[in-house]
This record gives sequence, structure tokens and C-alpha cells, in this order.
Amino acid sequence: MNESHESEKENMETTTRPSSLADVANAKEQKVPGTRAMGTGLETRGIHAWFGNNHVLSDVNLDFAAGTVTALIGPSGCGKSTFIRTINRMHEFIPGAAMAGEVLLDGKDVYAPGTDVTKIRLQIGMVFQKPNPFPSMTIGENVLSGLKLSQQKVSNKDELLEECLERAGLWNEVKDRLGAHGGSLSGGQQQRLCIARALAVRPQVLLMDEPCSALDPGSTLRIEETIRHLSDTMTIIIVTHNMQQAARVSDYTAFFLSDGGPGQMIEASPTSEIFSRPRDKRTENYVTGRFG
Amino acid sequence: MTTISAPTPTRPWAASPKDRLRDLSLFLLAILGSYLVVAVTPMKGKLAYFTLFFAIYMSLTAGFQWFTRGSAAAKDAFVNSLVAIGAVVTVIPIGSIIATVVVKGIKGINFGIFTHDMSQAAPTDPLTSGGLLHAITGTVTLVALALVMSIPIGILTALYLTEIRGVFTRPIQFLVQAMSGVPSVVAGLFILSAILYPITHAYSAFMGSLALTILMIPTIARTSQEVLKLIPNDLREAGVALGGTQWRTVAMIVLPAARSGLITAIILGIARIAGETAPLLLLTGGGDTVNPNAFSGPIGSLPYYIWKSFNAGSPEALTRAWAGLLVLMVLVLILFTLARLLGTRKVAR
Repeated sequence: MNESHESEKENMETTTRPSSLADVANAKEQKVPGTRAMGTGLETRGIHAWFGNNHVLSDVNLDFAAGTVTALIGPSGCGKSTFIRTINRMHEFIPGAAMAGEVLLDGKDVYAPGTDVTKIRLQIGMVFQKPNPFPSMTIGENVLSGLKLSQQKVSNKDELLEECLERAGLWNEVKDRLGAHGGSLSGGQQQRLCIARALAVRPQVLLMDEPCSALDPGSTLRIEETIRHLSDTMTIIIVTHNMQQAARVSDYTAFFLSDGGPGQMIEASPTSEIFSRPRDKRTENYVTGRFG
Repeated sequence: MTTISAPTPTRPWAASPKDRLRDLSLFLLAILGSYLVVAVTPMKGKLAYFTLFFAIYMSLTAGFQWFTRGSAAAKDAFVNSLVAIGAVVTVIPIGSIIATVVVKGIKGINFGIFTHDMSQAAPTDPLTSGGLLHAITGTVTLVALALVMSIPIGILTALYLTEIRGVFTRPIQFLVQAMSGVPSVVAGLFILSAILYPITHAYSAFMGSLALTILMIPTIARTSQEVLKLIPNDLREAGVALGGTQWRTVAMIVLPAARSGLITAIILGIARIAGETAPLLLLTGGGDTVNPNAFSGPIGSLPYYIWKSFNAGSPEALTRAWAGLLVLMVLVLILFTLARLLGTRKVAR
């Protein structure tokens, strides 16, 4: 099940991925019936990334089955964030950025010529490290802003608003002040508002780039609950520096590391395995806190 | 059962009456000192008092701190006084200008000047005849026309420089900076030789506002650019990540977030042109009648009216000129307030 890339170094041989997407989808279907409708999920093939001449990410092959939560862990600067930004084509937003490889969403490469990049970003939503509600908009307007930005029309705005805020676990706290500004919320509430905002355009995949790093433990817990709920209906990829968080929320965990050169994916396994019996020594060192 | 009585709030760090008394006595001592020095030396005049007072006050406070708290505190007190001088030196001329304009101009203000123009009166006539209605309407017309042209061009330029950052960014940045140094008479002569002489052959408000637009664009573009740079990149990324095109993201998120700064840019633009005189002398013809047509016929304006009245030279004409200055100042103030109100109205909800 391991594709060998001749050009890669020895240490890549230990790279493993979760069993095939079909197997994962079957397991998920048994756990939560009806999830197969979500599609086959997301596959990345030989992803490399550069900033200018700086090669920051090398040959990442990862599959994300529909309806699963995958945590990406690893020390700072190992390319986790860059990797998820290549998935929804936010990488190209940075001047001087370049990439190689394929990102297949339901089997179709998001980098294929003629692909509408705004449609890709509607299908693959993103939550950023720092809560960033739009300052000129109210809470309600923030949630529905994706629809306006992508010029979509919906008939039942109020229902959608309630549904998204409910799923993000924020509805009860803000239902009486939807007209207040997003900036009037606490940091944790703002981040859940950003999640609700990402949900409103109904993405298949949700990328979360250290969504809890700026939040207190209580807010973090709320967001983790939210993630667990959302994974019934979408594929989630979460970058985190918090290994307990990875253990709590994810089905699969991928460990990234940079040994001075470009970042690489060292190991990907079901979360319970990677924390109990990692295959790679470096993974073991990292998850047991011996470095990083 | 014990009750805990809340302590009275105090401010132990505040200056005690003794401190205040000491500061006041140093202040008075400095005034006294400046009088003494002026009395015994050949120095005289307001400037001497002013300079001496600050010099003595600075050395007194710094010296006092030196003795009580050491050299670091002395330096601190010295720099404190220096900063205070800077502030006072800045405020004095502004206050003096405003006071002079108000005192001299108020004599020429009566209800009639807001309802009459100068078509039936000469600048040297008594103040009860004629007025500056034509100049007020003219200035408002000129500024409004210039705004209509320069706001879109200026903000679009700023958007190009901050959002698109294409190959022309550097040359355009350079040109905008160079343009902000263009003397107004050059802008006037440019329109005169490029448009008025070869094409329209006639004075009009439009010609004047074209020159004002040239002067205003760099101010609006540069200020807007600085404001747009301050908008966090997070917001742009969030907009694009939600499936917005770059244009939708800029229009829906970046510009609204920069709103109050953009209003400031426009206000600075108005400030740049409201009192411009040279291009108006060349291009507007300075009529004495209210001219409702901005595209044909000479049009008066406050700077033109002030210039014309000063040139007439009689005491009545001079008072008219001062009144014109006062009205111009108030008009600019009204324009600023209006822009600020329009800019913040929606946000205040």
C-alpha cells in the first residue's frame, strides 16, 4: 500500500497511510449510517511546496476519507500549515509560492487547468489560527458572508443562520444579539463564529489551522465538541500543536517533521496507534515529548 | 460575624498638594526670572519672554529633579519640558491665525453676505451691499466636482498599489509621490495649456476642478494606500477562503474595514484643495455672479474672492477679504464634519 518514490530518501520508506479510502468509508458507514453520501474524500499525491527557492514541503501523500477527522502534528515550521493551504489553494495567495503534486477531491484534481478556484474554496472551507470575523459586519452578516462573497442566493437565510450557528455550538450564546458586531464576542466565540461562517457555504472538507491556539481551555473544549459533531457530515483536517487535542478529536494522525530541509510527512496512522505504538522512532520521540 | 468595610478608593501615585505647590512655585519662579532677565539685559519683546521662560523653567525643573532624584530624573524632566515646548510652539501659530481671522473677519459678517453676490457691488462699496454667495456656491461646486473625479481615481490607485501589486506598482508609486509635490500653479498651467486653450477656450468651474483633481489624487491615493496596508491580511485570506473573488473580497471586506481611514483620506484631500488659489486664478475666470452651470461661464470662489478683495485695497475691501477667509475656514470645517458624520453613521448602530 506504499507507493515508492525513487527520488525520496530512505526515511520515507517508513511512511504509511491509513488503509484505503474505501475501507475507511465502510468503517464509517457502519459507525454512522448514511455517511457514504459524502463522497470518497480527499487524496493528496506527491505534494511539494516552495516559497521562492525555499523548498518547504516534500512529497506528502495522504488520504482523507470522507467523514473522518485527521490531525496533523509536528513541530513549528515543518510545513503542516503550508500543506493544508495547498489543499484549498490558499497557498498560491502568497507571493512567490509554488507547488507540485495533485490534490484530488472526489477524484478530481483541484489544480487541473480550467478549475474554478473559488468553487474549490467553497467545497474546501478553512478556519484560521486567529479568529478573524469581518469587523464591518454583524454576527448574522458574518455567518452569511460566504454566500454574499460567492454570490449565492438562498431562500431560507434565517434557517441557515440558525443551523450554522447551532452546528458551531454558538447559537444559544448569540441568538439574541445577531445584530451585534462580531468583534463584541470573546475570542472563543469569535472562533466558533468563524466556524459557523465556514459552514454556511456547505463545504465537503473543513481545514482548521490551529483553531484553538489562541483560546482558553473552556473554548477549546467547545470547539473540540463542535469538531466531533461536524465529522458526521464532513471531512476535517486539523493542524494542532496540542497532542492531547489530536488524541481527543482525530481518527487519524499524521506526523510532520523537518530535519533542516523541507518538511516531510513521517508517519500517518490511526490516532490510537500513533500515540500507543508509533512505527517511527522520531514520531515516538515527538509524541512522548522527548523533543519538540 | 465580621463585616468587611470597603476601603475608600485612593490614588497614592497622584501628585500631593505639596508636589503641586512645588510645581506651581517653579512655574512662577520661571515667569519672575524671565521678567528679571528682560529687565536687566538688552533683550526685549514677547519672543524674549517666551524663550527665557522656557529656558529658565527647563533648567529649574531639571535642576530640582537632579538634586532630589538624580541625573536620570533630571533628563526625564528636561525632555518633558522640551516636548511641552514643541506642543506649545505648534499650537501658538494655529491659535493666532484662527484668532486673527475671527477677529478681523467677524466685522464683515452679516446676514446679507450669504444671500447676495457681487454682481451689483464693487469690493470697495460699503459692507452692507453685495456678498459672497457666488463665492460659497463656487467653492462648493469646485470641491464637489473635484471630489467626484478624484475619489474614484485616488482609491482605485491605492487599491492597485496595495491589492493588485502588478508590474506597474513601483512606477505608479513613484509617480504618485512625485505628483504630491507638484506646485498648484503648475497643475493650473497644465490644464490651461492642455485643455482650456486648445479645446474649450472658456473659463468654467470644470476647468478649475480638473486642476484641483490633479492636486487631490496623490493625497487621497497615498493616504488610502497607507490605510489599506493596515487592514490585516487575515481578513483578505478569510474572504478568499470563503469562495470570494478578489474583487468581491475587496469590495465587501477590505473597503468597509478601511472605511473610516478612507474618509480621513478624503478629508485630507479636501484640506489640500479647499484654499487653492493659483489654479483658480488661471482657470475659473472668477465671476461675480452665482453661476449654477459648472461647465460653462466664469465662476467665483472664496480664494478668488479673497484675492480680489485684498487687491482692491480699501478698508471695506480688506474687511470683505477677512470675512471671506472666515467663511472659507468655517466651510472647510463643515465639510470635514459632514464627511466624518457620513463615514461613521452606519458603524455607530
